[in-house]
Amino acid sequence: MRPGPGGCCYRRPVGANGCVANGEVRNGYVRSTAAAAAAAAAAAGQVHHVTQNGGLYKKPFNEAFEETPMLVAVLTYVGYGVLTLFGYLRDFLRHWRIEKCHHATERKEQQDFVSLYQDFENFYTRNLYMRIRDNWNRPICSVPGARVDIMERQSHDYNWSFKYTGNIIKGVINMGSYNYLGFARNTGSCQEAAAKVLEEYGVGVCSTRQEIGNLDKHEELEKLVASFLGVEAAMAYGMGFATNSMNIPALVGKGCLILSDELNHASLVLGARLSGATIRIFKHNNMQSLEKLLKDAIVYGQPRTRRPWKKILILVEGIYSMEGSIVRLPEVIALKKKYKAYLYLDEAHSIGALGPTGRGVVDYFGLDPEDVDVMMGTFTKSFGASGGYIGGKKELIDYLRTHSHSAVYATSLSPPVVEQIVTSMKCIMGQDGTTLGKECIQQLAENTRYFRRRLKEMGFIIYGNEDSPVVPLMLYMPAKIGAFGREMLKRNIGVVVVGFPATPIIESRARFCLSAAHTKEILDTALKEIDEVGDLLQLKYSRHRLVPLLDRPFDETTYEETED
Amino acid sequence: MATAAEQWVLVEMVQALYEAPAYHLILEGILILWIIRLLFSKTYKLQERSDLTVKEKEELIEEWQPEPLVPPVSGDHPALNYNVVSGPPSHSIVVNGKKCVNFASFNFLGLLDDPRVKAAALVSLRKYGVGTCGPRGFYGTFDVHLDLEDRLAKFMQTEEAIIYSYGFATIASAIPAYSKRGDIVFVDRAACFAIQKGLQASRSDIQLFKHNDMADLERLLKEQEIEDQKNPRKARVTRRFIVVEGLYMNTGTICPLPELVKLKYRYKARIFLEESLSFGVLGEHGRGVTEHFGISIDDIDLISANMENSLASIGGFCCGRSFVIDHQRLSGQGYCFSASLPPLLAAAAIEALNIMEENPGIFSVLREKCKRIHKALQGISGLKVVGESFSPAFHLQLQESTGSREEDVKLLQEIVNHCMDRSIALTQARYLEREEECLPPPSIRVVVTVEQTDEELERAARTIKEVAQAVLL
Repeated sequence: MRPGPGGCCYRRPVGANGCVANGEVRNGYVRSTAAAAAAAAAAAGQVHHVTQNGGLYKKPFNEAFEETPMLVAVLTYVGYGVLTLFGYLRDFLRHWRIEKCHHATERKEQQDFVSLYQDFENFYTRNLYMRIRDNWNRPICSVPGARVDIMERQSHDYNWSFKYTGNIIKGVINMGSYNYLGFARNTGSCQEAAAKVLEEYGVGVCSTRQEIGNLDKHEELEKLVASFLGVEAAMAYGMGFATNSMNIPALVGKGCLILSDELNHASLVLGARLSGATIRIFKHNNMQSLEKLLKDAIVYGQPRTRRPWKKILILVEGIYSMEGSIVRLPEVIALKKKYKAYLYLDEAHSIGALGPTGRGVVDYFGLDPEDVDVMMGTFTKSFGASGGYIGGKKELIDYLRTHSHSAVYATSLSPPVVEQIVTSMKCIMGQDGTTLGKECIQQLAENTRYFRRRLKEMGFIIYGNEDSPVVPLMLYMPAKIGAFGREMLKRNIGVVVVGFPATPIIESRARFCLSAAHTKEILDTALKEIDEVGDLLQLKYSRHRLVPLLDRPFDETTYEETED
Repeated sequence: MATAAEQWVLVEMVQALYEAPAYHLILEGILILWIIRLLFSKTYKLQERSDLTVKEKEELIEEWQPEPLVPPVSGDHPALNYNVVSGPPSHSIVVNGKKCVNFASFNFLGLLDDPRVKAAALVSLRKYGVGTCGPRGFYGTFDVHLDLEDRLAKFMQTEEAIIYSYGFATIASAIPAYSKRGDIVFVDRAACFAIQKGLQASRSDIQLFKHNDMADLERLLKEQEIEDQKNPRKARVTRRFIVVEGLYMNTGTICPLPELVKLKYRYKARIFLEESLSFGVLGEHGRGVTEHFGISIDDIDLISANMENSLASIGGFCCGRSFVIDHQRLSGQGYCFSASLPPLLAAAAIEALNIMEENPGIFSVLREKCKRIHKALQGISGLKVVGESFSPAFHLQLQESTGSREEDVKLLQEIVNHCMDRSIALTQARYLEREEECLPPPSIRVVVTVEQTDEELERAARTIKEVAQAVLL
C-alpha cells in the first residue's frame, strides 16, 4: 500500500491492520474468511497472509476503504484553503459593512452581554456551510418511501433564507431516508392498525413509565421485541438518541472504563460522557487496537491509583452510518469473552436491515444474541416508526426499568407509533401469516449488492461492507458536495451529502441508503444518473478497475480486480 | 537597511558572548544539551514503565474479575412493578384493571382524547405514514414540522421556534448548545432532571442557588462579579446563564420572573426558562410565565417546553429570537442527530394549538379547578400541600417524615393504593434517588385537568383526606 498524504488517510490503518488479523489486503480491499482464503489458495496455489481469526466468520467479510488518491487529497486541501481565504476576506468586508450582513444579530439591549457565540465557532457555518446549505433540510411533503415529493424552495440571498415557491417536485427518487425495509408507507396493514390504535388511544401519554404512562401496548411491544431479538427481556424508549444517552449512564459510572469506536454516533458519545466513566477510543473497527486497550486496561488498572477497573464496557455499532462498515462482531465477541468485558451493541442501522431474518448484525454473522450483553437499536429506520429499545438479560432490563433516566423522567412512546412497530415487527417475523417481511429482507440484500457492485464498476470509490445498505460514495472536494447534491436533485434524485464535521475534513461523501421499496427500475434510473453526474463532476476516482461480469447473479460475492 | 541592522545585532551578540562570564556560558551549554536530550529521548508512558513479563500480564488478565454489568434488583423494588394502564390514559383511566378518574397524567387541557386532535393526526397518518425515517437534515423535514414551528413561534409571539422529537431531550440539548466549558450557569436547586443532564453535558461551571431565593442568586452573581473584576480578560469570554423553570416540576412553585429579569440586566446573564408545566397553563392565552407576569418575551433568551403535557402530543420545542434559536439547528444534539418527530404527532400538536387559540377561556377554567382542589386539600392532618394554588400539578408531602425515605415512600404508596381502590388514580412523583442533584422529599403528585368536574374534584379531595387519615393516624 502506498502511504497516503499526511493526515488525510488516518483511517487507512484499519485496512492495513485488518489484513494482519483477518485476511489479505490487495490494494485496500480486505478479504477475511478462511473459506475465501482457502479458495484463493486453492485457485492460485499460494497464500500470502494466513488468516488468524478467519475461522470466526462463516461467510466472506468484504470491506473496503480505498485510499484517497494523492492528487485528490492535495486538491481537496487546496479547495478548503481557497474557501477559508475567501471566508476571511468576506468576514473582513462584512466587518467594514462593505458586504451586507445577512445573519441575525444580538438585540440592542444585550449588546454589552458576553457574546453568545465565539466568532470562530461560526466561521465555518457562515462561510462554507452557507454556500451549500440548500442541500440539507430539504422539506418533503409525502411519505418518505421509494419516491418522495420535495417542496421547491429558492434563495435570493445566497442561502441565508429560503422562500417556498409553492411548487412541489414530485416523485423524486429517495436515496436518503433510512427506510431500509420499506415500512414507511401510508397504506397497508401497519398503517391500518396504527390508525385504529390512534382512534382508540389518541397520540399522547402525558406521563412516564414509572408513574402512570405504562400502557398495555408498551408491555405488548416489549415482549415482542424480546422475542424478536431472541433475548430474555427488552425495554422500549421514546427516542433512539436518548436510548443511548440516557441508559449508558445507568450501566457504568466512575471507576468503569468505556472502550468506544472512534466513529461511534453522537448519542453513544454523549451517553459515555454523561456516565462519568473513563473513555478510551479505539480505531474504527480495528480489533488489534481494541485488544491492546483491553489488555492494557486490565494489566495497568486505573490511572494513578492502579486500582482494577470495576467493569469494562465496549461500545460498538452494527452498521456505521457514515462509513457503511459492519462491525467485526465475531472478533469483538471473542475479545469480550477473553477479557471479561461487557458489550453494548447499537443496532440503529442494522436491525431489520441485516441478516437472513432481519435480526441485525448478530443474525448476519449467525451468532448467539446471548453473547451481546446490551442489544440496543432504534425503531426509526427499518420499522418506519420512532423510538429505541434495549434488550438483554432479565436482570439488565429489570435494573433499567428502575434506573433508566427515560423510565423515570421521560414521556413514554406514543400508542400509534407502538402499533406501527408491533405490526411491522410481526411482519418481519412472519407472524402476520405472509412472507412479505422475508421478501423485503431479501429484496434489500439484493438491492444492496446490486447497487454497490454497479457503482464500483463505474469507478467510484465506495466505502464499507458489500452487504451494508448504507453506501457512501466519496466526493472529497468541498465544491463537489454542493454540486453533487444539486445535480442529482435536478435529475429528480434526492441524495444525502455530508462533509466536515460529520466526516473527516478531506473525506466528504454522498450517502445512499437502499431500501426494499426500491425497484430494479428505480435503482437503474438512479445509477444511470449517478453515472452521468459522476462523469460531469469527475468523481470516478477509483484506481481499481473492476471487470463487469454482467452475466453473474446479484449475490455473487467475489470480484476480479485488475490493476491499471 | 534591514540587513545592516540585523548584522549589528549579530555583532552585538558575538561581543556579548565574549564578555559573558564563564559560568554563564557553561550553564547555557548545559541547558542546550538538556533540551537536546529531551528532544531525542523516548517519550515515556506511565503505563509502559512497569516491567511485567508476558506471563505476569496473562495472570493479571486471568485474575481480573469485573463487577456484574448491573447490580441485582430486589423483586419488590417499588419501581419494578409498573402500573399497567389498559386503554387510553385519558380522563377516565383503567389502572391495573380498575377504572379510575385520572389525577396523575399531565393532560391539563384534556386534549389527549380530543376528537379533533385525533382526526388531525389521522389525516396526517394517512398522508405521511408513521415514521420519518431520517433526521431533519436528511429528508426528515416535513411540511408539518415547518408549520408547527411557525405556529409555535406565532403562539408564543417570538421570532422562531424549533421542535425536538422528545420532550426530555429539548432542554437537555439546548443548554449544551450554548453553554460550554468555562461558562457559568446559575441554576435553581429544584431544577428538574432534564436541566441537570443538560448542564452535565455542557461541562460548564454550575452554581446552584436556593430554590426561588433571589437573594441567594444575587449573592452568587455578586461573587462572580468580584471574581470577574479580578480577571477581566477571562470575564470577557465567560458567558453567564440563569436556568430556571416556569412552574417547577419538583415543587409546583412558580419562579419570580420579574426579579430574575432585573438580575439578568444588572449582572448581564442570559435567562433560559423551562416551561414544560407552565406552557399552555399560565397566562391569559396560555403562553406561560411571561404572560402570567406580563413580561416581554424578548427579555427571556430562550424558552423551552415539551409538547407532552398541555398539548398532549410528544416532543418538545424551544423558542426565542432567531439569533439564539437558529444556532440549535446545527448545534442542538437532540435535533441534529435524532430522527425527526413523526408527522402525526406534529399534526396533533398543531390541532391542539388551534384548540387553545380558539378557546382562551380554557385556561381560566383550569385555574379555577386548581384553586378549588387546592383549597379542598388544605388541613389534612399528616399531609401538606406543596405548590402554587394555580398550578395544575402540585405535591402532597408528609408533614413529618418518619425519618427514613423508604418508610415515607411506603406510606405514600399506601395512600395512593387506597385512593386507586376508591377509583381516584394518583401517582407518587418518581425520582432517581442517587442521581438527583437535590433530591426532593417523597410526594404524591396531584394533577388537575379541565375535564375533571367539580364533583370529581371534591370527591378526590375527600377521598385523599379520608385515606390519609386512615393510613397516617
